[in-house]
Amino acid sequence: MINFGFSISRPRVIDIDRNNLNKSKEIIAEMPELQACIGCGSCTATCTAGNLTEYNFRKVHTLVRRGEYQGAYEELNKCMLCGKCRLVCPRGINTRGVIMLIKRKLGDF
Amino acid sequence: MKHIIIIGGGVAGMQCASELAQQGVRVTILEKEADTGGKVKNWHKLFPTFTPASDVLSGLRHKIAKADNITIKTGCEATQVTPNSVRLASGEELSCDAVVIATGYTLFDARIKEEYGYGIYDNVITAADLEEMFNKNDVRLADGRVPRRIAILHCVGSRDEKVCQRHCSKVCCVTGVKQAIELKQLFPSADVFNFYMDIRMFGPGYEEMYREAQQKYNVHFVRGRISEVSPTIDNRLQIKAEDTLTGRPLKIGVDMLVLLIGMRANDMNTTLETDSGLQRQASGFMQPKDAFLGNAESNVEGIFYAGAITAPKNVAEALCDGATAALRVSDWLRNK
Repeated sequence: MINFGFSISRPRVIDIDRNNLNKSKEIIAEMPELQACIGCGSCTATCTAGNLTEYNFRKVHTLVRRGEYQGAYEELNKCMLCGKCRLVCPRGINTRGVIMLIKRKLGDF
Repeated sequence: MKHIIIIGGGVAGMQCASELAQQGVRVTILEKEADTGGKVKNWHKLFPTFTPASDVLSGLRHKIAKADNITIKTGCEATQVTPNSVRLASGEELSCDAVVIATGYTLFDARIKEEYGYGIYDNVITAADLEEMFNKNDVRLADGRVPRRIAILHCVGSRDEKVCQRHCSKVCCVTGVKQAIELKQLFPSADVFNFYMDIRMFGPGYEEMYREAQQKYNVHFVRGRISEVSPTIDNRLQIKAEDTLTGRPLKIGVDMLVLLIGMRANDMNTTLETDSGLQRQASGFMQPKDAFLGNAESNVEGIFYAGAITAPKNVAEALCDGATAALRVSDWLRNK
């Protein structure tokens, strides 16, 4: 077959109806404080990994809550568990605990 | 005895009347509807304390009933206002020593934002419709089923120059969070999603209520304005928005969509400007004489303002305004 250089783009849309929200619901049920995030970005601003790589904890946990698990586990592997994000979170979220929880829940993804 | 006319029998007007009556002046409230209470009489509970709106109204009505120098004229619409007279739609002219305008605001007509489908799809309702459902204890879908997934959209007819409403209506955010909690209390297994631009929790107890909605009631908050609503084959509503915190488009099917309609200026405000020489702001709301020390006075001597006539306000602020206007009126009468 002749390769014209075209390809099909995968839709970027977050489709809540198609996503399996079971893991997300389990995570929120275990640590409801995660829902208190106001998206301020303090965690990412202070994150050493985030300053050196594209790792963005705020984005990863928001995507996980929407049922977008693909790649989340690998992303969270960049976290060195230093806990600076927990020190700065204005909502008092145990961010390091959240990271451990998501990794535990998504280990088989 | 001095005679003051208060135009508008909502919470600001009623509060102003009862305060003025205690100072020994004769007060006439002109209410265009059949009953006093204004917008609050259609509301179920008030944020952030979930106080029944009827409690506030009955408290005010009780104070007014005790005073024998307050006359309430219902079904009376004021058409022309001067500091010494008010003309009614019936042609009757009432004379007075000062006027307090407490005509409040108009709810934004959600049909104008056609992309949200209000008046087109069955289960797109406004925050005011939802309060009516709460009042009747009958929150259901059009076909009688219970909603399993509900979206609440903030800023409908606010912060939107496409519909000539650039201002923030201020109370909708808090109402949206309050209604999300009430919906979760009614339907604990339902999912509630609030689509917001900013969450403006400006008052005491509001931020705490927001956190409770997030953490205790598991209400989902998505930052992004809904771009369009369309029907699905199974008669649900499909919503599109950007989840701006992840930078990706988002699609979701819901059973019910609640539009948090904003407060817009009354059409009558233009008449007040042209006929009475009163100044309006760019938002259409009336301009107080001064934002700090003259916030209950207009630019015309003898005409005063109370409540949401000058800007979107919550019930507590409207009540404060009513009392402030009463004080300013009596000061003015004394020094005249």
